[in-house]
Amino acid sequence: MKAENFSERIVEVDGWQVNLTTYQLGEKWHTKADNVSPGAALARIVADSREEAETRALARAKELLARTKRNPV
Amino acid sequence: MSASYAHPEVLVNTEWVASHGKDAGVRVVEVDVDTKAYDEGHVPGAIAWAWNTQLCDTVIRDIAPKAAFEALLTQSGIGNDTTVVLYGDNNNWFAAWAFWQMKIYGHKDVRIMDGGRKKWLAEGRDLETAAVKPAAGKAPYRATDPDYSLRAFLPQVQQAHKAGSAVMIDVRSPQEFSGEILAPPGLPETCQRGGHIPGARSVPWGKACNDDGTFKPADELQRIYGAEGVVQSKPAIAYCRIGERSSHTWFVLKYLLGVDNVINYDGSWTEWGNLVGAPVEKGAAKSVGQA
Repeated sequence: MKAENFSERIVEVDGWQVNLTTYQLGEKWHTKADNVSPGAALARIVADSREEAETRALARAKELLARTKRNPV
Repeated sequence: MSASYAHPEVLVNTEWVASHGKDAGVRVVEVDVDTKAYDEGHVPGAIAWAWNTQLCDTVIRDIAPKAAFEALLTQSGIGNDTTVVLYGDNNNWFAAWAFWQMKIYGHKDVRIMDGGRKKWLAEGRDLETAAVKPAAGKAPYRATDPDYSLRAFLPQVQQAHKAGSAVMIDVRSPQEFSGEILAPPGLPETCQRGGHIPGARSVPWGKACNDDGTFKPADELQRIYGAEGVVQSKPAIAYCRIGERSSHTWFVLKYLLGVDNVINYDGSWTEWGNLVGAPVEKGAAKSVGQA
């Protein structure tokens, strides 16, 4: 098995940059969303299509990012 | 791979791993931030270590105890003379954490696969899904006593801060450095106060990597860290939130740039940012002249 159709792009979610990595393994699409600068994983989704995997990963990322408080500096 | 790295022998590329990953005397180990990544597909023949259970003490906050580390390596089929090749997700973030611990415990031949998991996937290289169960080593692995010259503990950091005797390198994101956020976006907050150690320089760890996950060439790394005051003649202490991102920067400085006196403060911001009375500075990074 090999990863196919590998792609990576940065999208903005509620003011946060999120790195979205997607590839196909066999019949399934795998998407990982992580925050850009630290690179910590926010979501990992396996789905039947690229669209579904990315939509669900972004939804989960949005949910987690909403918990991040911004403090005045 | 640049020939001008100080220690090019600690890096191998994906092609080398594809050709030699299953050679006798070589053990490839995946260490990810996301510990589920290995199960979806990994470098053929690679085993996995979990940073949050196998590369730390699970009772007290510490690196893996010596006996546990020896047991892990023995069970992994690794002998004292094995060539260990580490790789992982997020540009080898936790692979560097494992590398740092292997050096603390004196393993001689440990290397990192440049570009890590991301590059392997992007290149469409073969993947295996079955977990690899290596035969235990014939002889038990023997670690050296921990080499704590590679590791900074709190009193040493406090002393260096007070005396201004080391360049403090904060490798977290700019928002964590300034105090705007207390943890990487989306992750639980693990400190009471935001900001940075007064006088620390901000060099987010990812600046050391190219888009494909490989390390930047030596001259570019030299420009990045040199601009922040990192020089051979002065000790440097790298820190982040829990010590893993800073082990990546420690690796870059020590092995790619050859800065001898660099240490990783793994207590990092979860220690300093929770200390009663510890000095904290807030605000964005300033240029060296402004500091």
